[in-house]
Amino acid sequence: MIPALRRYARALTRDADAADDLVQDTLVRALRSERLFLGGDVRSWLYTILTNLNKNRRRSLARRPQFMQLTENNPDASGTEAEGRDIERALATLVEEQRSVLLLVMLEGMSYREVADIQGVPIGTVMSRLARARAHVKASLEGERPTLRRVK
Amino acid sequence: MNDRKIPVTEDELHAYVDGELPAERRADVEAWLAAHPDEAERVQSWRAMAEMLHARYDSIAQEPVPARLELERLERRPRQWLYGAAAAVLVAFVAGGTAGWVAHGAASAPSTFQNFTADALDAHRLYVVEVRHPVEVGGNERDHLQAWLTRRCGWTVFAPNLEASGLKLVGGRLLPGPSGPASFLMYEGASGERYTIYTAKTENGATQMRYAKTDKDGALFWAERGVGYVVSGGGDRDRLTKVAQAVYDQAEKNGT
Repeated sequence: MIPALRRYARALTRDADAADDLVQDTLVRALRSERLFLGGDVRSWLYTILTNLNKNRRRSLARRPQFMQLTENNPDASGTEAEGRDIERALATLVEEQRSVLLLVMLEGMSYREVADIQGVPIGTVMSRLARARAHVKASLEGERPTLRRVK
Repeated sequence: MNDRKIPVTEDELHAYVDGELPAERRADVEAWLAAHPDEAERVQSWRAMAEMLHARYDSIAQEPVPARLELERLERRPRQWLYGAAAAVLVAFVAGGTAGWVAHGAASAPSTFQNFTADALDAHRLYVVEVRHPVEVGGNERDHLQAWLTRRCGWTVFAPNLEASGLKLVGGRLLPGPSGPASFLMYEGASGERYTIYTAKTENGATQMRYAKTDKDGALFWAERGVGYVVSGGGDRDRLTKVAQAVYDQAEKNGT
């Protein structure tokens, strides 16, 4: 469960340190909370805490200057690496809610119902966020590397 | 060709890819996609997208968890008694996730059979993903492993030979069980699939074999002579049943 939380946090923030900070805060919050004793779906609950904490983090981040990467990525990198960077960049272009839906469904394998609970929105909203996120990422990937489209 | 059917909506395409589409509608969508190659291509691109996400980020879930995120560390804070209890519950959940047991109150007896199975499934899910350190003692030291676990657990821990089921002993480890130690053995098949056998003391003298399931894994559990057995594996229930049967038969023969 912690490994999966770290994966989600990393994809969400695209920053290794920030991601682990987020997971740590999530676990500390969870350990402190009395809700533990009521049972329920702990997995969704941890993702909910993490998603909310990330919102707060972004709010405080917005007041600080942005740091940009100085070195341009190596264009000769292997296919998988290059694809990894492309998907990372495509994710970066999404608004937070869409990125979160996309990752929860596609990376973490959550059901629409679970994502709706985590985000505190109706299922219909989850589905429209997901559709927009997919369209956006697809466009971004194709713009990035027109040759990438795979036909299987 | 299928135009007489209800047209497929955008939402349905997403639901189809995400496995959220009602089963009776799948065939319609598949037929519709066959007749609409552009849409089929779009659906395929979503699948490729999911693959890219996993290719990029799954390695993070495979890294060892950094020390600062270990629950034992995080819980070492004031109000120890509360954290201790909370952490115990959380560790059980976090280790494996949703084993489907709810309201495991801090006050409830810890050794009911269900909790026991949940513990075993948690251990299963925690360790089967381990690449480098899945076990403490390797399967090449079978005798030592059995002797060690038997000594620490207090009942005869026996590592059955499951080669007839295509499984090799990876090794084992000692775990904290619901009331004392528990033994944990891991087996691996030719395609990397892993099965684990968890045993711990139980109040139930003997029970029939029962089945429990989480979203990904299944477990068969039973008790015999005061020792509970939980055999956990992937979603293939038939194979799991065969493996569990082999474990049961050998444990019987061995008189453990």
